[in-house]
Amino acid sequence: MKRDKIIHAALTIVALSAISSLALITVFVFKEGLPIILRVGVKNFFLSGDWYPSEGKFGILNMIVGSLVVTAGAIIIGAVFGLGCAIVLTQFAPRQLVVILKPAIEILAGIPSVVFGFIGVVVLVPLVRQYLGGPGLSILTASIVLGVMVLPTVTSISVDVIQAVPRSYRDGSIALGATRWQTTHMVIIKAAKSGIIAALILGMGRAIGETMAVIMVAGNALELPHSILDPVRTLTSNIALEMGYAAGDHRQALFATGVTLFVIIMILNTIALTISRRSAGKAAKK
Amino acid sequence: MKITPATSQRFVVTILWLLTAITILVLLFIIVYILFHGIRNVTWSFLTESPRRMGRQGGVFPMIVGTIAVTGLAVLIAAPVGVLTTIFLTEYTRESKLTSVIRFGADCLAAIPSIIFGLFGFVFFVVVLGMGFSIISGALTLAIMVLPTIIRTSEEAIRAVPAVYREVSYGLGSTRWQMVTRVVLKSALPGIGTGIVLSIGRCVSETAAVMLTAGSALRMPYSPLESSRTLSLHFYILSREGISMQNAYATASVLIITILAINIIAYLLMRRLIAKVR
Amino acid sequence: MMIKPYFHVLEGYSKKLCFLALFILLIPICEGCRDSKGRPVNVIGSTSIQPFAELLAEEFQKIKPAGSIDVQGGGSTAGIQAIVNGIADIGMCSRELKEEEKAIDTPVEIARDGLAVVVHKSNPVSDLTLAQIQMLFSGRIRNWKELGGNDMPVRLIMREEGSGTREAFINLVMKKTVVSRKALVQESNGAVKELVRLDPAAVGYMSLGMVGTELKSLYVDGVEPTAQQVSSGRYRLSRPFLFVLKTDTPLRPEAREFIDFVLSDQGQQILESEGLVRAK
Repeated sequence: MKRDKIIHAALTIVALSAISSLALITVFVFKEGLPIILRVGVKNFFLSGDWYPSEGKFGILNMIVGSLVVTAGAIIIGAVFGLGCAIVLTQFAPRQLVVILKPAIEILAGIPSVVFGFIGVVVLVPLVRQYLGGPGLSILTASIVLGVMVLPTVTSISVDVIQAVPRSYRDGSIALGATRWQTTHMVIIKAAKSGIIAALILGMGRAIGETMAVIMVAGNALELPHSILDPVRTLTSNIALEMGYAAGDHRQALFATGVTLFVIIMILNTIALTISRRSAGKAAKK
Repeated sequence: MKITPATSQRFVVTILWLLTAITILVLLFIIVYILFHGIRNVTWSFLTESPRRMGRQGGVFPMIVGTIAVTGLAVLIAAPVGVLTTIFLTEYTRESKLTSVIRFGADCLAAIPSIIFGLFGFVFFVVVLGMGFSIISGALTLAIMVLPTIIRTSEEAIRAVPAVYREVSYGLGSTRWQMVTRVVLKSALPGIGTGIVLSIGRCVSETAAVMLTAGSALRMPYSPLESSRTLSLHFYILSREGISMQNAYATASVLIITILAINIIAYLLMRRLIAKVR
Repeated sequence: MMIKPYFHVLEGYSKKLCFLALFILLIPICEGCRDSKGRPVNVIGSTSIQPFAELLAEEFQKIKPAGSIDVQGGGSTAGIQAIVNGIADIGMCSRELKEEEKAIDTPVEIARDGLAVVVHKSNPVSDLTLAQIQMLFSGRIRNWKELGGNDMPVRLIMREEGSGTREAFINLVMKKTVVSRKALVQESNGAVKELVRLDPAAVGYMSLGMVGTELKSLYVDGVEPTAQQVSSGRYRLSRPFLFVLKTDTPLRPEAREFIDFVLSDQGQQILESEGLVRAK
């Protein structure tokens, strides 16, 4: 009994220090970032595209648009290919092939973002420039590169989630005469829905958060894009490009950008939570 | 014409296989492209020498050491802390408002861009705490960065363990800790392991956060208080500054081979663990 | 005694591994703490100066093996911040110091570098006036044909805001004119070079010493962009490479030695051979 109490206490301490360090970074970012948002004015900060730090103008609208657009593109590619792979891996691929394919996709997750960015610059950008026009550094290029980066995350988690669906669901459906695809999309995916959405949200988060690859292929222009072949600057690129030297108000504005990212991700996660709760509720009702 | 389920299945499955094939092709392309351009320069001397002339000549030994130091230290801190925290949250506390807030927080932080951790690490560890550009600044920053991921993936893995296992364990008279370590963790190990391997990969790949915490010194670091350049950062600098494309490709090749090695070793280790446990 | 399952054995191993790792780490920590004088000299700042500083550090360590110099990038303004924060001993800055910076920092000129305006090799335009370059980068001139070139929209490439190269360009060319917001932003000389090398419509600026043969440097006001012309002052786009020191803080002897080396004949020769111009 005593040993258990000691273990309980030790675990509490570890957990508390972990949670407090995570809380520390949250509090720190908000403490540094919120004051300047209030000083500049919420409207001026979020709805103005004038980012001129040397003149004290901190409007991040163009970068919010940049981040959202690039992420949207990335998640479309990541979802289509990522889910496709996950379904193939769990439902249609023979065991021997899965043993090769699954680790292969996980390797894709380990490749550094700078390598993706580099290949994007060396291979993709010239292709886009030559055959589609524009500078090559564009929303399209960034979306493709990010999509490929996000894909393994989506696949990995989706696979784990789909495999967690009880075997009885699948067997029951097949026993009722459904084909494998019908079983997949009508039964298994429905059951794994909340997990899959979590996978997509995590993927979206990774896409929004990607910095180095985006700096290399998105162009980082300050103007609002008019087409997917136009360059953009994302919130993360902005922080990375300027954080080394920013001081005072400028640095706080970068933290404020961090706050914005925090809030966007909190919104995304809340949506994910609500969806998964609703689908869990529906499943319970059945 | 009515489309039978069999036909639609064939159609859909073909597309799905196509998507998978494209994905694998992209992966192969990236690896082959880098290795094709770089492997010829990855010689023994490249791996064991220090860089000279800004990286145009010489090797990447200090970067290998730096990468191992920063990543190793970060995961050494984050993995046990993360798994133990998860155990605490799932097995030792009841589901309450607080735990859902913590879970939500961990979810958010797992998704927070690494650049914010870099910004925080730079301001907090490098400047405010005065650690300067150093391996320890980098490792602490990366540890905080991967901690939420480890917590969340561990939690998913532990929760996937059926309640029956726990009940049986209690029924056999085990204490909670025994149940956790001998039953729950064993079943959840593959999932937890995946989370840790993902975190290692994330640390090795990380560039922006390390650039501003561990710095970009070319020399061999002799203590964790010194600055060091990681392989990813070295590759980035070599390729972006156009210093030496040859060495850039070679560095990237070392990176990719390292990551392949990590994945293979982790995979084999996982298989052995699962087999031994069955 | 109970037969412990494999997992418990692994637990034991991980505990041992942890202790071993901590022990291994402790040795260098102790080493580092004891030898605080041997702390490396931190030189932080301009990415333009960084490769030259790294080269100088290498050569310096050949004659003074005990001294260790750590060179980091980050950008000119980052370097200034770093010495203000105390992280760096020496800051690297590739532009003139601003007024408010001059109040707390002392600049030491170690070389001069030309600023080349570069275009694709196939671009027929070869010679522009300062005014024309200004109109290019402000977005007033949108197509190369307005300058006698091909019928292509102009693609501008700028450096990031903290860059000394960018600041120097703005001080020397743009002055009060605002740069077009359509401009692409790249974060290093090499990235600018790569973009301009491949895009026939691109125009950017970069360190003269790094241009090489794959790009075309424009003549400015009829003057050829070479190191000699920079030295003679005829090529007007030139900026100083500065080592910046905090004025009220005494400089460590190791740092002083390094600066002396850089300013010595040997150091200056190294910089000259790399395409820079000697400090005056």
